[in-house]
Amino acid sequence: MSTSNFTRRGVLKTSALAGAGVALPTIFTASSAAAYMNEPKGSTVTLGFNVPQSGPYADEGADELRAYELAVEHLNGGGDGGLMNTFSSKALKGNGILGKKVEYVTGDTQTKSDAARASAKSMIEKDGAVMITGGSSSGVAVAVQALCQEAGVIFMAGLTHSNDTTGKDKKANGFRHFFNSYMSGAALAPVLQKMYGSDRKAYHLTADYNWGYTTEEAVKSSTEAMGWETVNAVKTPLTQTDFSSYIAPVLQSGADVLVLNHYGGNMVNSLTNAVQFGLRDKQVNGKNFEIVVPLYSRLMAKGAGANVKGIFGSTNWHWSLTDEGSKAFVKSFGEKYGFPPSQAAHTCYVQALLYADACERAGTFNPCGVVEALEGFEFDGMGNGKTLYRAEDHQCFKDVLVVKGKENPTSEFDLLEIVEVTPVEQVTYAPDHPQMAGGELGTCNPGA
Amino acid sequence: MDAIVLQILNGLDKGSAYALIALGLTLIFGTLGVVNFAHGALFMIGAFCAVTFSRILTWSHTVIDETKKDFLGNPLKVEVPHIYDLFGQATGDAIIDWAVPLSILFSIPVMLFVGYAMERGLIKHFYKRPHADQILVTFGLAIVLQEIIKYYYGANPIPTPAPAVFAGSFDFGALLGFDPNTIIYPYWRLVYFAFAALIIGAVFAFLQFTTFGMVVRAGMADRETVGLLGINIDKRFTIMFGIAAAVAGLAGVMYAPINSPNYHMGMDFLVLSFVVVVVGGMGSLPGAVLAGFLLGILESFASMAIVLDTLPGLNQIIIYLVAIIILLTRPRGLMGRKGVMED
Repeated sequence: MSTSNFTRRGVLKTSALAGAGVALPTIFTASSAAAYMNEPKGSTVTLGFNVPQSGPYADEGADELRAYELAVEHLNGGGDGGLMNTFSSKALKGNGILGKKVEYVTGDTQTKSDAARASAKSMIEKDGAVMITGGSSSGVAVAVQALCQEAGVIFMAGLTHSNDTTGKDKKANGFRHFFNSYMSGAALAPVLQKMYGSDRKAYHLTADYNWGYTTEEAVKSSTEAMGWETVNAVKTPLTQTDFSSYIAPVLQSGADVLVLNHYGGNMVNSLTNAVQFGLRDKQVNGKNFEIVVPLYSRLMAKGAGANVKGIFGSTNWHWSLTDEGSKAFVKSFGEKYGFPPSQAAHTCYVQALLYADACERAGTFNPCGVVEALEGFEFDGMGNGKTLYRAEDHQCFKDVLVVKGKENPTSEFDLLEIVEVTPVEQVTYAPDHPQMAGGELGTCNPGA
Repeated sequence: MDAIVLQILNGLDKGSAYALIALGLTLIFGTLGVVNFAHGALFMIGAFCAVTFSRILTWSHTVIDETKKDFLGNPLKVEVPHIYDLFGQATGDAIIDWAVPLSILFSIPVMLFVGYAMERGLIKHFYKRPHADQILVTFGLAIVLQEIIKYYYGANPIPTPAPAVFAGSFDFGALLGFDPNTIIYPYWRLVYFAFAALIIGAVFAFLQFTTFGMVVRAGMADRETVGLLGINIDKRFTIMFGIAAAVAGLAGVMYAPINSPNYHMGMDFLVLSFVVVVVGGMGSLPGAVLAGFLLGILESFASMAIVLDTLPGLNQIIIYLVAIIILLTRPRGLMGRKGVMED
């Protein structure tokens, strides 16, 4: 009788291992005929728009997607051309990118790092996306940026405000058009000093995650530098919905300013709760009690309703800006969709155009060529005035807006008013600034 | 001392919401034996009843204001609520201002219908199935309901303010002899607490002092025997499901001004409410209410800065920690009855 050492389970295990071994080298590597990852061979080029289509930031994601669709339309020669008419670089001709028609695929980040990575990976591997862009969270941005670096495609970040995105987690293949926590602090502090004086006691409520920490640190250091005292800084769980137990002790602390380092639903709820508690009607230390929201978005302001009136914060861009670029974008977007664009829409639209322009100027889709074209790139005409993509950390430097909730809004979109356009010099920092410490940019990865 | 009083007050309104949701959960579990994971969604739908009623009141027609420009430079389109045409602007504004309290009247029939439809349309088919099946189907239903709400209302929170007369806060500190501003409490949260107490009292009175309630209580104790007496207990239990849905809905309506409603708010409360039910004792109505307030207050205490400095993260686990301790010392919960979920 003959015996065999083969078992059904053993054969299955071996086959699975062998299959994985054969497949492994092809993951995130360009085909042997391509010079770089997902080199477009036909008449089209595919971009991957990775935005929150479900979850708490789905409305913001919808606005991002509208902006990307508008950008694709303009890149392909449709519509009124939007910001291509005001952009200081004239490389874009309205005939796609490098003569290839722009197509796109979309992914749903769900505002979860793992889901965002999975959707980006799918767009790179299955759809052949040569660039990934979008998102509404720093956690997502950092995760997807690392994936794109590893995969050898460009990542043009959407809404991400944490210092870390272009600080300790910066990557050579990633670029950020959005401003960051440091810039918010640097822009806000002088305005707060002018409005509320130098003798103030601040109480911080901070969302217990990466973005919250960097924002708290930035606002604390900026306000303390002008004489404010920080009496307490309390971390609040990201899942918190009712902030009453965190807000009630604020007045007992002797603080006369509450800084809400919250975004999205956290900010809507904490601000609503703070106003319900009547903090803004109180007098502490002989001064009116004040509330500050370091990072504003119009969608958040809408969620908080009348509670935002008179409350200061900062924002990346606002549709009421009167420069030619902003006006052109508001016109294009407004005529297509019937309402003014959000800062999310502006950021994403600009990111798509900047990538396309960099490809045109580099004469290639090769990520290393694109990185070279974007590093140190100075331009104008895209809103926010003259802008620099700094080579050292791939952070965008431009004017930052200090805004406050409008007292008498004329529509549901007219919720914030610009108080000051903080010049770029005031928000610029050294690449090795302590708040950005750690991490290496590394070198570009073409994926081949 | 003032900090302790403050956190007790804070815990009351949170506890009120927990108690109202847990009361409905217990009513459904006690009558129908169903573990209803869609109960948080009923709370959320209640809040959106307030949003919907508010939108009905502000339903508008467009008037062109040639003197003002919109963001594209065109004449501004101004939305004028129809209610202005009916009652004049001053009265119209007053009615809109009171949208949330008025929406109670709107939400009761809506929630009774939603509860009835949910029970007849889906849940009754799972009475004889294992609890795991019931949990799965009701959890799935909760996700479907919240996605429907998201589709129609968006993912962003929708501000739904309380009447202006309830804006601001009451200074308990001054009343109790403490320094001014040390113990402040928003007026609307006081209203919410009073409203919750009223609803809880009404539910208990209904069960205790009406014939219908007596039959339901008898059915909860021994469904079979009540059925053998010729009473259609199923029909009464279906009505109780509707009442439980209405209780959750009313809790949601009045909660809308506290936190702007969003599609996910039901899920935020659901898990905690289940812990409340288990701590209170499965099937025990007084237990649900007691545990609701107890855990609400404990959660508030755990969020104090001095507590967090000593034990970071305690605020996130306190409810579960207490649940473990209570279940270890009193396995049936605070007021649980013998035999419930023990077969």
